[in-house]
Amino acid sequence: MLLEAAGIRKVFGKLTALDGAALSVGENEFHGLIGPNGSGKSTLMKCIAGAEVPTTGKVSFVNTDITAFTPTERARAGMSLKFQITSVLPSLTLYDNILLALQAQSSLVDLVFSRTRAALHDQVMTMLTQFRLANRAFEAAAALSHGQQQWLEIAMALAGRPKLLLLDEPTGGMSLEERRVTGELLQPIKQHCSLVIVEHDLDFIRDICDRLTVLDQGKVLASGTVSEIQANTSVQEIYLRRA
Amino acid sequence: MPKVMGAVKQAIPAEIGGEAVAVVGSSGAPAKAAAGRKILPIVEGVVLVAALLAPLVLQDYLTVFATRVIILALFALSFDLVWGYAGIMSFGQALFFGSAGYGVALLARDLDITNIFLVLPAGTLIGLTFALLLGGFLLLGRHPSSVIFVSLGTLTGSYAADRLARGWYYLGGQNGIPSIAPMSLGSYEFTEGPAFYYLVLGILVVVYLFCRFLVRSQFGLALAGLRENEQRIAFFGYKAQHLKAIIFTVGGAIAGLAGSLYAFHEGFVWPNMVGVVVSTQVVLYVLFGGSGTLIGAVIGAVIVEGVSFWLSDNYRDVWPIILGLLLLLVILFRPLGLISFVLGERERVGSFGARPKEKRNAP
Repeated sequence: MLLEAAGIRKVFGKLTALDGAALSVGENEFHGLIGPNGSGKSTLMKCIAGAEVPTTGKVSFVNTDITAFTPTERARAGMSLKFQITSVLPSLTLYDNILLALQAQSSLVDLVFSRTRAALHDQVMTMLTQFRLANRAFEAAAALSHGQQQWLEIAMALAGRPKLLLLDEPTGGMSLEERRVTGELLQPIKQHCSLVIVEHDLDFIRDICDRLTVLDQGKVLASGTVSEIQANTSVQEIYLRRA
Repeated sequence: MPKVMGAVKQAIPAEIGGEAVAVVGSSGAPAKAAAGRKILPIVEGVVLVAALLAPLVLQDYLTVFATRVIILALFALSFDLVWGYAGIMSFGQALFFGSAGYGVALLARDLDITNIFLVLPAGTLIGLTFALLLGGFLLLGRHPSSVIFVSLGTLTGSYAADRLARGWYYLGGQNGIPSIAPMSLGSYEFTEGPAFYYLVLGILVVVYLFCRFLVRSQFGLALAGLRENEQRIAFFGYKAQHLKAIIFTVGGAIAGLAGSLYAFHEGFVWPNMVGVVVSTQVVLYVLFGGSGTLIGAVIGAVIVEGVSFWLSDNYRDVWPIILGLLLLLVILFRPLGLISFVLGERERVGSFGARPKEKRNAP
């Protein structure tokens, strides 16, 4: 297993957001994390990413216990994250946004003497082309539409060639067409990267994911392939209950 | 806090502007961007020419004043790197300025060392060492330090140094160290006047160019990311705290250089020089001129010192109040400083290398 989170419990004051949640993701697997609002999806993501420290429980990544790793250490181990709220750097150009992500592990000397800029130019342009943003490379990221900012952010999250990418609501606020394109953009990365996606759009999840984990009230309700989950009566129940 | 408000205010027109360009057509966009990118070099050129001509037109006592201002501008640069570029709120920048001043004063008093090639590197090294120690302690934790922790930590350091200097007989106590021998080069002695002026101006230009090289490099790009969203940078795998500690140390070294020049120019050092008053003064220079632009720091130092000088001559009793009100007005209505009257947001953030256009045409 690439990622193994087990017995994750997270308590905020009196609120128990996660109560023994678990998640296993294999290599080159697209894994969807679904569940009603408040079921703890985002909190579980944050515990995996290192933005929150679980109250109890253990997260292993490539057979290493990373529960206490800082975000920087997780990134260097090969984990990457796209935040729910887009956090591209708005005043920088698209080009600089991508370069910033690509050169994160370069040496100080290479940074100071700007060697990274020439060395990584082709990679920057390849990433921008792949995410259909190349013609706007030298505009400020703030000028992009919301959907395009999401793509830019996914591109940035993929820049360091991570083994695992965590996507928190990648299609939030996107049009139907933009959602379709996002799915297309994500497909090719399967060759080298696993994915954990938190997403409300169940059609999107069904199209792109291999396996699903359903959370309800901080616990795992079910976990399995997409067809197994679709056939699961208790899952149907919570979604019917919500509807 | 005002900086954040400013960034938000400035970002809105920039965004609208950017959108408009996109609608007009992407082919027109580069021309517009290129046209908007020329103000900064003009401002820098004007300031440099004015600085070069100043001793020719100023009376002698004003050249002495101008020398002091240039040294303070150098000091302002050091704080601008730390705050304007790395977002570290240091309320203790005078600690490095003043301790270097005391250091070179002791070298001159106790060891008769006044050679410019010894005292200036020594002062720089003192500033660097203190900044490395304090910065290492405040910034290099496993998890990012809070802004409050860093600003209170630097403030405390500066305050403690001030108290220490006041109480320590060896350092001259309340009176500091008077009558420091002039800085020398062979048998030549740098005394107040045009020679000293051009010496510090030359040093300012060199340090300015060094800073510009640094903030326009890819290291500068990482700093730009850092001050916009530190957490994001950490998630990319940057060692954000290391970047901060490095720039804090560089800032300390520059403050040390400025402090040693100041000590020799004034001919004495006193406890205020390491204390909270001078630490706050440098914050005001940078706020006033415009943080996050190097030239803004220089202009801020010149204007704040110039206005104080003029006001104290003409309004002997109430001038601090007038100066305070002026500063308040700038902070309220121009949170990005006076430089923002001429400089747009896009140019303020700047670029981090030439556009690699030629490369595409090459094959």
